[in-house]
Amino acid sequence: MTRPRTLYEKIWDAHVVEQRPDGTCLIFIDRHLVHEVTSPQAFAGLRANGRTVRRPDLTLAVPDHNVPTTARLDAAGNRLPIADPESAAQLAALEKNAPEYGIRYIDAVAPEQGIVHVVGPEQGFSLPGTTIVCGDSHTACHGGIGALAFGIGTSEVEHVLATQTLLLQPSKTMEVRVEGEVGPGVTAKDIILHITGTIGAAGGTGHVIEYTGSAIRALSVEGRLTVSNMAIEGGARAGLIAPDETTFEYLKGRPYAPKGADWDAAVAWWKSLTTDPGATYDKVVVIDAADIAPSVTWGTSPEDVVPITGVVPDPASFADPSKQVAAAKSLAYMGLEPGTRMQDVSIENIFIGSCTNSRIEDMRAAAAIVKGRKKADNVKWAIVVPGSGLVKAQAEAEGLDRIFTEAGLEWREPGCSACLAMNPDKVSAGERCASTSNRNFVGRQGPGSRTHLVSPAMAAAAAVTGKLTDVRELMA
Amino acid sequence: MTPLNQVEGRAIPLGLKNVDTDVIIPAHWLKTTTREGMGRGAFESIRKDPDNLFDRAEFKGAPILIAGDNFGCGSSREHAAWALGDLGIRVVIAPSYSDIFSGNAVKNGILPVVLPQAAIDRLMEVAATDPVHVDLEHQTVTTQFQDRFTFEIDPFRKMCLIEGLDEISLTEKSDAAIGDYEKQLDAERPWMRPAA
Ligand code: SF4
Repeated sequence: MTRPRTLYEKIWDAHVVEQRPDGTCLIFIDRHLVHEVTSPQAFAGLRANGRTVRRPDLTLAVPDHNVPTTARLDAAGNRLPIADPESAAQLAALEKNAPEYGIRYIDAVAPEQGIVHVVGPEQGFSLPGTTIVCGDSHTACHGGIGALAFGIGTSEVEHVLATQTLLLQPSKTMEVRVEGEVGPGVTAKDIILHITGTIGAAGGTGHVIEYTGSAIRALSVEGRLTVSNMAIEGGARAGLIAPDETTFEYLKGRPYAPKGADWDAAVAWWKSLTTDPGATYDKVVVIDAADIAPSVTWGTSPEDVVPITGVVPDPASFADPSKQVAAAKSLAYMGLEPGTRMQDVSIENIFIGSCTNSRIEDMRAAAAIVKGRKKADNVKWAIVVPGSGLVKAQAEAEGLDRIFTEAGLEWREPGCSACLAMNPDKVSAGERCASTSNRNFVGRQGPGSRTHLVSPAMAAAAAVTGKLTDVRELMA
Repeated sequence: MTPLNQVEGRAIPLGLKNVDTDVIIPAHWLKTTTREGMGRGAFESIRKDPDNLFDRAEFKGAPILIAGDNFGCGSSREHAAWALGDLGIRVVIAPSYSDIFSGNAVKNGILPVVLPQAAIDRLMEVAATDPVHVDLEHQTVTTQFQDRFTFEIDPFRKMCLIEGLDEISLTEKSDAAIGDYEKQLDAERPWMRPAA
């Protein structure tokens, strides 16, 4: 009889091409997602060494990080130029490299264009049990459908383009089990913020986290992608959620997903992708779903999480002396005083978007809160950025865009936008942003920007009240 | 890649925990299509302070950087390793690293040394005034004051660093094995190929 294995071990074992004596394995990569920022140097490396792309059929390129989220076509349907010369150069490089190497390419004005981690599952390009890589650390996102997915650097992008493999050491495994039912107003984002606050930003270092438990099983695929997306914020290289009927239902009929008899064979294999009874993880953390409140970050590390009903902590309250120093620094940067109620923190900017929270369910959750309300006067800038052209079209078909614009929020074109300060969407120095993205690092949304990570519903609540707000107070 | 074995020189005693890749190289430096010149943007937010460590005369061109837990956390950008390399850093010493960062470091000829916090505290003291010596072959960090700390490193990474090996050429030696895997995959799970 074979030894009981975790989900991670099953996927790993199915992808070993070669094992080195020291345990390092050459792992086959089933899907490679490419965007404009981390690929130019990789293609330049291929060219310099006269190499080709081994499996262009397993590679999908789409621009997302740099593309402006304002209109991309003029009234006559011509493409508008990108003002920033460096962004334009990166985009031009991808536009040239993809066809040259025979790679599938979704261009900046295609209806399917969007954030690479939204596009992958949406197109059925990302599948359960596959290994997926991309030169972006939030590749962990695809773990939400049961893929072993992780971010890689540019040298590795070049390595995968050339060989369709990566040399990897097996990770340790960690189970984060969330049992029970979450309360009203508590979303997938609150679950993952709460987890990150509980395990810490380095809690999962060296591990792949499998999220289990009834609260995870109850999530839609969109919600699972949100949870797995932020595995990296807990230090883990990847997140995983075992595929189930919810996953199959979501994937069925998507353009790149298997069809007909292939579909049945695929589902049969996917059903075997669960952690065996008796398999052990290196670390286990159990969380009671009832303990999770709508959550918000107060500092500059994603572990700096409190319930919205909480207060800014006193740095002296941390046991670890280096955390005390870090917390004091964070508070100085964030312009916050210990003891301030989170709900008294006023907000000037709202960003609803990013690969964490820009899917249709996120758009609906935010729209449900702003509907019939108006943006608060002190909110200077509030943008809603759908994760892909298809999300945008769906939202528009449901009339969500009008709900946002009537409330005074801007409705944009898909892309990474204000998740990172790399395109024109930025938060000004010293200003606060209630953001549905995944990182509250110093300068992440622009030099001097102050980020509070929240769910889409919480960001929408802040938009209409002008301060961090307990969304439950606005729910009918 | 430049081979790395013995590194002797001043070590910048940064000491901070959770130094993320946004601190190492802010996002607005990422919009390039080449790898060179990133050092100018390295630690930009810290270097705004005129009295910062990096720009002090004694630490200019220092080949070693000492930091706290979880160095290189955050975004997977390899630009962080390029920026450190361009700044002249060949060795980072810290109690822990983000997985992605330590992989990127090795690929760019930078050695991530893991030492316990107590050793880091001692090295921070020494680094303020004196050089530090790193010996990859013997896996030690030493000072002229008889300090001697040994560290662990994955043997494959060690070999790549010492020989300055490029990983793609190494993997290309496994070309036949990759081909066999692909054939087997097509036979066992043909539906794994994208449908459209
Ligand atoms: S939205 Fe943010 S985290 Fe997601 S892929 Fe874009 S830049 Fe990366």
